[in-house]
Amino acid sequence: MTRLALPAFPLDNRRFVGLLFLAPALLYILLLVGFPFLLAIAFGFSDVTVGNTDLNFVGLQNYLAVWENDIFRQVFETTIRFTLISQIFILIFANILAIIFTQDFTGKWFARFIFILPWATPVSLAMIGWLWMLDTKYSPIDYLLLQTGFLGPNGILSNNRNLFWLATPDLSQISVIFVQVWRMTPLATVILMAGLSSIPTDILDQAEVDGSRFMRTLLQIKLPLILPIMVIALLFSMITMFGDMTVVYVLTRGGPVDYTRVLGLYSFQVGIEGGNLAQGAAISLFAFPLLLAMAIFMLRTASRAEVQ
Amino acid sequence: MALLAWILHNFWALLVILLLALVGLRIAWRFHKYGATRAELSYILRRSPFYLVVLTFCFFAAAPFLIMFMHTFKTDGDLYRRPQPFIFRQEPTIEHLDALFNNTAYLDFIRNSVVVGIAVVVITLALSLPAAYALARLTGPWGERAGMLMFLVYLVPPTLLFIPMFRIVVLLGLKDNPMALVVVYPSFTVPFSMWLLSGFFKAVPPELEEAALVDGYNRVEAFLRVVLPLSLPGIISTIVFTFTLTLHEFIYGLVFIADTSQRTLSVGVPTELILGDVYFWQPLLAAALIIAIPVGLAYNLFLDSLVQGFTMGAVKG
Repeated sequence: MTRLALPAFPLDNRRFVGLLFLAPALLYILLLVGFPFLLAIAFGFSDVTVGNTDLNFVGLQNYLAVWENDIFRQVFETTIRFTLISQIFILIFANILAIIFTQDFTGKWFARFIFILPWATPVSLAMIGWLWMLDTKYSPIDYLLLQTGFLGPNGILSNNRNLFWLATPDLSQISVIFVQVWRMTPLATVILMAGLSSIPTDILDQAEVDGSRFMRTLLQIKLPLILPIMVIALLFSMITMFGDMTVVYVLTRGGPVDYTRVLGLYSFQVGIEGGNLAQGAAISLFAFPLLLAMAIFMLRTASRAEVQ
Repeated sequence: MALLAWILHNFWALLVILLLALVGLRIAWRFHKYGATRAELSYILRRSPFYLVVLTFCFFAAAPFLIMFMHTFKTDGDLYRRPQPFIFRQEPTIEHLDALFNNTAYLDFIRNSVVVGIAVVVITLALSLPAAYALARLTGPWGERAGMLMFLVYLVPPTLLFIPMFRIVVLLGLKDNPMALVVVYPSFTVPFSMWLLSGFFKAVPPELEEAALVDGYNRVEAFLRVVLPLSLPGIISTIVFTFTLTLHEFIYGLVFIADTSQRTLSVGVPTELILGDVYFWQPLLAAALIIAIPVGLAYNLFLDSLVQGFTMGAVKG
């Protein structure tokens, strides 16, 4: 056998093979994520643009300019507000849905297919559907409200025939949050389902033997046990949302005025569309400490909860 | 075509009838099996709020897709003049589907997405299969640290990296070339699939590998001949989810590629089927729906497997 010809010994060594197996992936990731990340920081300290590629050191100028920019402050605030508000709804709905879909019921397969569609559809394509649903003139939602007397002359909500979902300050923010909740609830649900299905069945059997009813089992056994995984789900959907620009890019481009402009989109508009790479990099870097703190805090909470 | 027109004309009625018929059949079946007793009836009544909740959620999830389906077949006159989104006042037409496939770059987008997706899946598997196995079995505490690092890397959003990445792509001469995406996408697919795969590998009983080692295989052979075949279902679901991750990606695709015929689906459809203020609504909605349905089916098929990988990878990690 050829095996005898090879130096067989290193391939029997657990640590050597472990290193050999792990190294390519680690190197690729460090090169592909670590290097651009350092470059982003370097960009932030330079005056690089799309046209002028020289990296001249300009100190903290970009960061200061960004920090003193009123638009940036509003964008930062909007991003945090969107993220936090949507998480509340996502957690509520995801818990309900995870409990539903870890049970057996008729038509489960089809119901699951429907419920997973918002998450399975590529975000930008799903947003096309919502762009039409929330259209200023042709919105099907407005049509229903019009027919039921909520809109139109003497309407309860407005005398207009339309609500202008994406064109008024309040409604555009509500729309974006609603759509984010719509598309991210399935992800959180799937993570919670993993948590629920990992609860040892003997605990649940014992609870049933002891006469624990559905609600009591849920509140006193299941929810506390999946708390760590709930934190993971929260972490996933918070960070996805914080770094997302696709939804607002397709729906509003940040408008009306700046009401739905989020950090990722702003950095794209300044850095790529405006050609100011340095300032774009500085803008997106402001998100990093916040993301890191969020991740570390949540992972610690999760592991602490797991120990108990 | 006549059948399609008939379905579209009676869309909502058919939907309600179908739903009621299914509910009726189910109740009839239960009565047939357990007898039409009072206890059975009260059981059905007790269960019905549960189904109402499910139905409500399903309705919210499906609403845009139902609208997409109907609007694909609407004529311009029906769509814009005296809008009535829920019924057809003019005969349904498939001219917009025809236009989508023949007059737009939709097929190019599909081709680009598939090519990029397959290439990324190959690279991702080559890197993450051994790495995930190392995390699951071979490395001790420092392997766990490396795994944690990978998890944190997965959480770095593309909005943080797309500007320097753009610079690098331009320097490499890959701008407007889908190969740029093939190089960059593994930055998030590798951490994701490593995490998922290490969950599947942990589920393989270690005794089987030990038996292989005793039989004279070395570590690499034990991995290739024992662990890989046993984890095949997990690997297939990892392939599916890696592919769809590349299908979903928007920001890199938008920034790196400006040439229409080179764009991928998620970028091409919302940017190229909208010319300034002119939205080609029927082709747009059709383009979205045509992708949504197969991806949704794939997700549903492999969801149990994903949940299992999550459970082993995260919960018991």
